[in-house]
Amino acid sequence: MAEWTHKDLLDVQNLKREEIELVLETAKSFREVSARDVKKVPALRGKTVVMLFSENSTRTRTSFELAAKRLSADTINISANSSSIAKGETVLDTARNLEAMNIDAIVIRHPSSGVPDVLARHLKASIINAGDGCRAHPTQALLDLFTIKEKLGRIAGLNVGIVGDILHSRVARSNIWALTRLGARVTVSGPATLMPIGIERLGAYVSYDMDEIVRESDILMLLRLQMERQEDKFLPSIREYAKQFGVNRERLKQAKKDILIMHPGPTNRGVELSAEVADGEYSVILDQVTNGVAVRMAVLYLLLGAKK
Amino acid sequence: MSLLIKNAVIVNADQIYQRPQDILVEEGMIAKIAPSLSVGTTVIDVKGKLVMPGLIDMHVHLREPGREDKETIETGSRAAAKGGFTTVLCMPNTTPVIDNAMIVEAILKEARRIGLTNVIPVGAITKGQNGEQLTDMFELRQAGCLALSDDGKTVANSRLMRLAMEYAKMVGLLLIEHCQEPVLWGRGVMNEGDNSTLLGLKGDPGISETVIVARDIELANYLNSRIHMAHMSLKRSVELIRFAKSQGIQVTAEACPHHFTLTDEAVKTFDTNAKVNPPLRTQTDVEAIKQALKDGTIDCIVTDHAPHTQEEKELDFDHAPYGMIGLETAVGLTITELVIPGILSWAQMVEKMSTAPARIVGLANKGVIREGADADMTIIDPEKVWKVRKEDFFSKSKNSPFIGRTLKGAVVTTIYNGRVVYAISPGVV
Repeated sequence: MAEWTHKDLLDVQNLKREEIELVLETAKSFREVSARDVKKVPALRGKTVVMLFSENSTRTRTSFELAAKRLSADTINISANSSSIAKGETVLDTARNLEAMNIDAIVIRHPSSGVPDVLARHLKASIINAGDGCRAHPTQALLDLFTIKEKLGRIAGLNVGIVGDILHSRVARSNIWALTRLGARVTVSGPATLMPIGIERLGAYVSYDMDEIVRESDILMLLRLQMERQEDKFLPSIREYAKQFGVNRERLKQAKKDILIMHPGPTNRGVELSAEVADGEYSVILDQVTNGVAVRMAVLYLLLGAKK
Repeated sequence: MSLLIKNAVIVNADQIYQRPQDILVEEGMIAKIAPSLSVGTTVIDVKGKLVMPGLIDMHVHLREPGREDKETIETGSRAAAKGGFTTVLCMPNTTPVIDNAMIVEAILKEARRIGLTNVIPVGAITKGQNGEQLTDMFELRQAGCLALSDDGKTVANSRLMRLAMEYAKMVGLLLIEHCQEPVLWGRGVMNEGDNSTLLGLKGDPGISETVIVARDIELANYLNSRIHMAHMSLKRSVELIRFAKSQGIQVTAEACPHHFTLTDEAVKTFDTNAKVNPPLRTQTDVEAIKQALKDGTIDCIVTDHAPHTQEEKELDFDHAPYGMIGLETAVGLTITELVIPGILSWAQMVEKMSTAPARIVGLANKGVIREGADADMTIIDPEKVWKVRKEDFFSKSKNSPFIGRTLKGAVVTTIYNGRVVYAISPGVV
């Protein structure tokens, strides 16, 4: 088993295969903690974890907060409205002030790519990227891997289709890195206007044939289509999007019998997937949420607890 | 009061003196050039050094008035003198904008008080740089402007640009276009390409630059007017300009040291000092810019010196301002990246950094070392190896991606208007 040597978790891009597997193994043991009657272990007692969220998030913030609390760490929440840029203070300055209060880790979500990297360079505290701009969302990718492995027993050799607004998706980018590193074959799809230049360089294939993707995929990851994209003129209409890329029961008839439907949430029912698919037998969307806590416990533990 | 420069290896754009000369400077003019002179109240011996006509930077931001926390005419003048620049053209995106005679006169007055470099304000093409109404160009010319630009913005309205070209031609002013179609640009923060996809940052597609280059070439052709393209960053732009020149269209162009030394790889660490507009492009573009400087497609090297405070550059990559300082690193980068590898000769360096800018802007007595010319000279030690250090900058701002880089070739003395305005401390030489 690999040793964990990183101070921070910024992206899966800089994790080796064995390191990813170490996170998944560690998460497996923590999954059981959340199923107990008393959902707490003392692993991070005395540690302080700050949630610095400069962007709206219910799911990820709650998931991280539960993860930290179940490891007995103290947590503090700082949200966008109460902090930083509006007052003319840079994020770095905010973080330096937090560090002066002897915190151990900062879980950061920020609308601008690269902010976690800059903090990591300047601070001694561990920085955990909870989503930066369009660039990375490493714990989402890790929990997706965990869920796939749990359901299908393997990742290598699987065909994964990621469908939606790839251009603005940090989930897509992190998942391409993570899945390909573990040997899956990733095909991305979505409107050509939302397909970034050179995405193939990350290791993904590009296809606009949605029915073929549905037929060949072992896993379909559907991304949330932001309604603003239509206002930005990226799309003719949401209706047209649903028609070309939306997944409903009818379309799924041609899919493999054990296909997994995944979604990082929150879902736009009736756009990227129909309600019956979201709630149907192939959907593992709620398992992703459950596993998110265990994976984030593993990450916090490896960064803060395991080293001493 | 006279100055005698002894043992000068004089480098002009069209000729390098085979033997060292002595240069006598009197009353701000080059009085005499001869193999051996022995007059002069002050004598400096420059044996082993190259003496070039004072360098001219057609594109700097001095930030005054309005953002004196970033730079002032005084600190910018000191940086210019240290960088070997005896003339700088300062861009009009100040607060208020340089769009009327009063501001031009105020800047000229302050620059003369400081007296370290020749500052020529560039007036705006449109009032307030709003892209709606032409400035009073005749009045700006009378006040001392030689060129106009809405730098930082393109004149997006094509009809207005046409009118600007017609009017500026009549008045006798050069137009400098910041080529970036605003809607295509969409406030991209780096080059659009593989690396913007990798980093999840909003890209500026190069076509934002090239469609304006192409448009202005067409306007200049149709109107038989001149146009100068600011800070060219792309292979495709170079190809368009090369074609336009081959057709005899009156287009000139400039490039910045960062566009012939750095690529968008420099952004990968989210270093906001590498955030600049137009953005750092690809290796293919870097090679094309170098080739274009060599073959004359690009006429001159400018710095686009753009000072920003540390606080601003500590913002996240999306919000940090565009730009980097350049006055104090341009000579070192040009020698290290272009002259030493043999892309430019020393004479070509003088052409790009002094003679061509003087010709394009219309400075008759500058850009050449000859008897009767203005006594602006830049003395260069071609062998000096030095390291770019944050603490050594004279500029008020320190936002340079070149900090830590080792360069060969340095300015040792700058003479402006017959006076030594910068000399490297003797201990360091």
